[in-house]
Amino acid sequence: MSTTVNVTVDMKLCESHGQCVFAAPEVFSFDDDDYLVHNAEPDPTLYDKVVKAAASCPLRAITVEKSP
Amino acid sequence: MTTTPHNIVIVGASLAGLRAAQALRAGGHRGPLTLVGAEPHPPYDRPPLSKEFLLGHAGPEALTLESTEPLGITERYGQRAVHLDTTTQEIHLDDGSVLPYDGLVITTGAGARPWPDSAPTTGVHTIRTLRDAQKLRNDLAADQRHILIAGAGFIGCEVASVATQLGHRVTLVGSQPLPLHNAIGAQAATFLTQLHHDAGVTVLTDATVTTLCGTHRLTGATIADNTGTHQHIPADTVLLALGARPHTDWLTTSGLQLHNGGLTTDEYTRTLTTDGTPLPHIVAAGDVTRFPHPHAPTPITLGHWSNAVEQAHTAAHNLLHPHHPTPYHPVASFWSTQYAVRFRAVGLPQYADSTEVREFDPTHHRLDIAYYRHGHLIGALTANRAARIATYRTRLAEHLATHTHP
Repeated sequence: MSTTVNVTVDMKLCESHGQCVFAAPEVFSFDDDDYLVHNAEPDPTLYDKVVKAAASCPLRAITVEKSP
Repeated sequence: MTTTPHNIVIVGASLAGLRAAQALRAGGHRGPLTLVGAEPHPPYDRPPLSKEFLLGHAGPEALTLESTEPLGITERYGQRAVHLDTTTQEIHLDDGSVLPYDGLVITTGAGARPWPDSAPTTGVHTIRTLRDAQKLRNDLAADQRHILIAGAGFIGCEVASVATQLGHRVTLVGSQPLPLHNAIGAQAATFLTQLHHDAGVTVLTDATVTTLCGTHRLTGATIADNTGTHQHIPADTVLLALGARPHTDWLTTSGLQLHNGGLTTDEYTRTLTTDGTPLPHIVAAGDVTRFPHPHAPTPITLGHWSNAVEQAHTAAHNLLHPHHPTPYHPVASFWSTQYAVRFRAVGLPQYADSTEVREFDPTHHRLDIAYYRHGHLIGALTANRAARIATYRTRLAEHLATHTHP
């Protein structure tokens, strides 16, 4: 069974500070209205970057899960 | 021979202190780890204090940071460090206890610059701690008042925004030609000042509060402009937003290098002796520090959330790897929300010698300005254009990676 990484963002908390976009631009970006968009199932090789992105969020809006 | 420390103490139960503790554990430190803090609570998040918390939209639970429980640390809150002895490697606390250390992380942060003269006992506020914010929130919960804000920096401007939203009359007094003029330049300051005017704030520029009037209860303040003219303004509440003062009183007898109150470090987050020798086993992070930066002519202090996080990470790494320290050359990143307009900034706009205004749209509250120094990009600021800030940030990071000297 291959490893999967799941990323969720609580958009009720997100204030578009952009720290996650800085930390992991492969996964997080903004749309034209400054709303955060993200890849909910990024490549597992990006796990460390996504964890760093979650830690850099001032609103702690990002949750990262790795399985198995 | 410098070795990896076994017994580590972190002084300053702040965001930086917490993140340093996490990074030390994640970096493999298995020995004793102690977190000391002057405030009675575990580390908490301060940015909401001048925003959602003050508005009454969020309670103390919104300030909660990560739990310290998984870290297996000794926590000593409500205890203030009063002296550091670098010879015996001991920290003296205000209850008389003494903590020995092999490795020390200093994250004591900064406090609000206090009023230098006598002041009324009621109606005069600063805002830095949860307790400060609770007291100001109580004042702002009353019916319409006249709020005078001394100091038009980020905190002063944010509180002006909150106080007008709550229906108060606000006078904002700043010593510069416009609020935040020196931090973000004339164009951005003009854009920002218009927001305050539109909300009905009285903005007094090139002016300083010279006297707080009233014996017990505040009645008003005297304000001087740059022509020497004084005027009296009645007020119910004053917020002193006069900047930050690093918490280094406890270090004045330590032999560590201080400058204007800031704790000097080298580019590897290491504190220095007064003769400039780096101390690999005493590192520092957050608002308390002043450190050299390739894009700045003199050492800088960054009072930003993201700086506390990133510098703490580097400091923890360098404490654990004294022979392979990582330089700290951050792309500064900071933000402010005023009147629901989201300002996002990167780099060091305060050191720019020229700017390029790419968008200036007061109608749609949009702004995009690039800042240059000696012809290269040094910072950027946007309003309601967060999508553009990442590109600037990438360019700044690339430049820092190849230019490590000013």
